Amino acid sequence: MSVMSDEDILNEITAIITGNRVALFMKGTPEEPRCGFSARVSERILESGAEFIAIDILPDPRIRQQLSAYSGWPTTPQLFVDGELIGGCDIVEELHTQGELAKILTPDAV
Amino acid sequence: MELTIVQELIETHLPGSRATVDDFMGAGGDHLAVRVEAEQFTGKSLIEQHKMIYAAVQEHLDSGAIHALSITTVPIAPGAST
Repeated sequence: MSVMSDEDILNEITAIITGNRVALFMKGTPEEPRCGFSARVSERILESGAEFIAIDILPDPRIRQQLSAYSGWPTTPQLFVDGELIGGCDIVEELHTQGELAKILTPDAV
Repeated sequence: MELTIVQELIETHLPGSRATVDDFMGAGGDHLAVRVEAEQFTGKSLIEQHKMIYAAVQEHLDSGAIHALSITTVPIAPGAST
């Protein structure tokens, strides 16, 4: 994969965000998170029971660069639902506290 | 990173706002928690509110001087600031 150009990476990111209802870009994986913020967000999604795809940004620093260029959001994790940026750890926690997160992640179950 | 510099950057970026900045790892000043009260948040989504804070400190996020930034935004009614 080292031959991927920045544009390839951006296209891949775009395809992931538009092709999956719930997509989480994080440091590490839900099974082995490498950052407390990423761990908390993936835990919230797992709790909700929503199907999601998790993308580890650590293998190539360009993933993070291109992701932030795409979303206008400087930090990771980043949660997307229906192609739209929901936010990072603080916003996910705030939505959870407000009871809004479940409505966003699992609208059919609420 | 001096906490007062971060506070000033935010309060300058959002005139009339009040920011408090804490170093939540207690080491080095690169893991910061900010709480900001501002009229400018009123009517904005959480994403937009947080982006306003990121914009104020963008260069320090880019440089790595701030590694992690925890944000709490509090919209206040226009004209209600004390």
